[in-house]
Amino acid sequence: MTPEELNKLAATTRKHQQQFAHQINVCVGTGCQSSGSAAVLEALTGEVKKTGAQSSCLVRGSGCRGMCASGPLLSVDPEGVLYGPVTVEDAPDLVRSLSEGKLTRLVCESDSPFFTRQCRVVLENAGRIDPERIQDYIAMEGYSALARVVTEMSPGEVLEEITRSGLRGRGGAGYPTGLKWSTVAKARSEQKYVICNGDEGDPGAFMDRSVMEDDPHRIIEGMAIAAYAVGAKQGYIYVRAEYPLAIKRLKNALAQAKRDGFLGDGICGSSFSFTVDLRLGAGAFVCGEETALIASVEGRRGMPRPRPPYPAVAGLWGKPTLINNVETFGNIQSIIRKGADWFATIGTERSKGTKVFALTGRVANSGLIEVPMGITLREIVYEIGGGIPEGRRCKGVQTGGPSGGCIPEALLDRPVDYESLAELGSIMGSGGMIVIDETSCMVDVAKYFMEFCMTESCGKCVPCRTGTSQMHDLLHKITEGEASLDDLDLLQELCEVVRNTSLCGLGQSAPNPVLSTLRYFKDEYMAHIVDKQCPAGVCQMRHAVEV
Amino acid sequence: MASAAHVVTLTIDGRDVSANADDTVLEVARENGIFIPRLCNIDGLTPVGACRLCLIEIKGSPKLVPACVAKVTEGMEVTTKSERLDRYRRVILEMLFAERNHICSVCVSNGHCELQALALDIGMTHVRVPYRYLRVGIDASHDRFIVDHNRCVLCTRCVRVCDEIEGAHTWDLLGRGTNSRVITDLHQPWGESDTCTSCGKCVNVCPTGALSIKGHSVAEMSKRKQFLPYLTLMRTEK
Repeated sequence: MTPEELNKLAATTRKHQQQFAHQINVCVGTGCQSSGSAAVLEALTGEVKKTGAQSSCLVRGSGCRGMCASGPLLSVDPEGVLYGPVTVEDAPDLVRSLSEGKLTRLVCESDSPFFTRQCRVVLENAGRIDPERIQDYIAMEGYSALARVVTEMSPGEVLEEITRSGLRGRGGAGYPTGLKWSTVAKARSEQKYVICNGDEGDPGAFMDRSVMEDDPHRIIEGMAIAAYAVGAKQGYIYVRAEYPLAIKRLKNALAQAKRDGFLGDGICGSSFSFTVDLRLGAGAFVCGEETALIASVEGRRGMPRPRPPYPAVAGLWGKPTLINNVETFGNIQSIIRKGADWFATIGTERSKGTKVFALTGRVANSGLIEVPMGITLREIVYEIGGGIPEGRRCKGVQTGGPSGGCIPEALLDRPVDYESLAELGSIMGSGGMIVIDETSCMVDVAKYFMEFCMTESCGKCVPCRTGTSQMHDLLHKITEGEASLDDLDLLQELCEVVRNTSLCGLGQSAPNPVLSTLRYFKDEYMAHIVDKQCPAGVCQMRHAVEV
Repeated sequence: MASAAHVVTLTIDGRDVSANADDTVLEVARENGIFIPRLCNIDGLTPVGACRLCLIEIKGSPKLVPACVAKVTEGMEVTTKSERLDRYRRVILEMLFAERNHICSVCVSNGHCELQALALDIGMTHVRVPYRYLRVGIDASHDRFIVDHNRCVLCTRCVRVCDEIEGAHTWDLLGRGTNSRVITDLHQPWGESDTCTSCGKCVNVCPTGALSIKGHSVAEMSKRKQFLPYLTLMRTEK
């Protein structure tokens, strides 16, 4: 499809959509589907047909609106009214409301801070397009960035634009994306690869899943632009098999993109060729680590190897390979379309753009949010998240999953960016954010994450394999009220050894939940060890002090 | 740069040494009589950097690097011994000893065991971490060899020698984390393996008593590792 044809298709699709006085967008993401949104979609489609409104009302499945706690959600556009939780029985009332005005009993306040404090870049199309129709994506200017890149820009100009935007990797470590791309672009090789890392494994995190489910073409477009910039012809999307819906949508999107000439030979009438294949992970957390992921794509056991050489130099089958996270690729088309300068206006000095977080735990509005970098944790928890339910006290926020740390309530006014989170002993991570209140025991939280690391350690290197199980056992001993102060010393020593000697990021960051809870909540550890008491009342102490 | 750049000079523990640019720090150190402990690494097999005992400090690098995979570079300043490195190595070794059941007094390799020798070299006198007593099985189904998983340290030398040198790929890994173990074929008894050639290379590269030849009692099992460098040499230099 040439750029002219693309513009024409976008215009006709938009015109077609405008023929309908109303659009009902029902969320069919994993969250809302699990609370029955597929049946709601079916009921609404039937109801619209029954009342003969199908010429004026378009009913379609769409992506995540973020407020998953109130699902199933749907929106009526162009009015922009959000309803939820909706049931099949509400269908007649909802269709009637199109002519009779808002159905107030189901309205979900869309002008609440949950929505107004967000800034949607990666998720801009989520809930506004049907993820299974490429035309919907094109109507939102989809693939226009790719068409422009391959027909008007040189690879060098693309690299320059991405570098200037200040985008950093959204997988967690925050490596500058432009620098990574340039390194791969400079590597000399006939064959290079682009890999999209969709092996999202942190407990409670579902950012990448949503992007893949709600806007799969955005990732394909980002990857194609990257491939053009670095000189790759083949790409892989590595998705964990636990995401069946994301896999289905990606497969569908890949077929459509190929059919319409956005993948394959001579993309958009240029001489650039690029194909993308899907690879499914088999459920190992460590395969999110880039060298383990590469081994898995190659069909080998998913275990990391020492770096250097970095994948940018010797990656998949020994060839230069660019690996970026789903969300990183999700930013690319927006940067090209709206410009690096626009992107750089969002965020802080060193962390540009937005970040998607999966807000979970003890918070009123749990769900998916996209916020500008630099927003404070307090704003996220109390304004967007609506605070802690039942008036309980917030104890802290856990970011970065099993590789991250717990930030105490007193420090919630710190901005969310790569550097300040690292300073606090946590990490940005891929975007899991768990709010913890006074009903949780911090030692128990640390034990939970250590158990996760222990079962997910691949077993290759000794410190991670044996260290995580030793640390888990020590934490368990503490929560049972059987530990001594010597055990605490040993735990701290093991934390240091495992962190500094493990082969890959999994082991190197596994002690973080322990170290950060020890830093901010040492009194809780002491209560367990010295007083044999769990202040939160979570741990069943075997040897409670007899009075 | 001229082609003379193939030779580099660096310092290891303050000593000036020269080396070929594609050598690893471990190779150069040994060439110069500088001892760096190692367990998963063995001459003649691809290094994997898994045991973490050969970690060294390189000036200017914030992270510790395994000497078995670190290539030398011009002007590199390497430290192989420090208070911190000694401590880390000792803790790693303690955790290895505590992981399965390394009881020297009943082991066929007592006195010929690399794990035991490392404890001596590193000065590990006690195990401070709790013993885990992980019970794992013994497979004596093979005519000539035995694998006792209780003594296995998961160095994967057997996996690599079988794949890279013998070309049979009988050995592989099963499971994750502390539950991983080496398996023959698709986790069937060794004696029933269709691919095993009974060459015994795995037994001879095994650093502990995990793999042994039947009929050896306590302390009788010494390994012959010399074949490996010879084979590698013969294959590279025709």
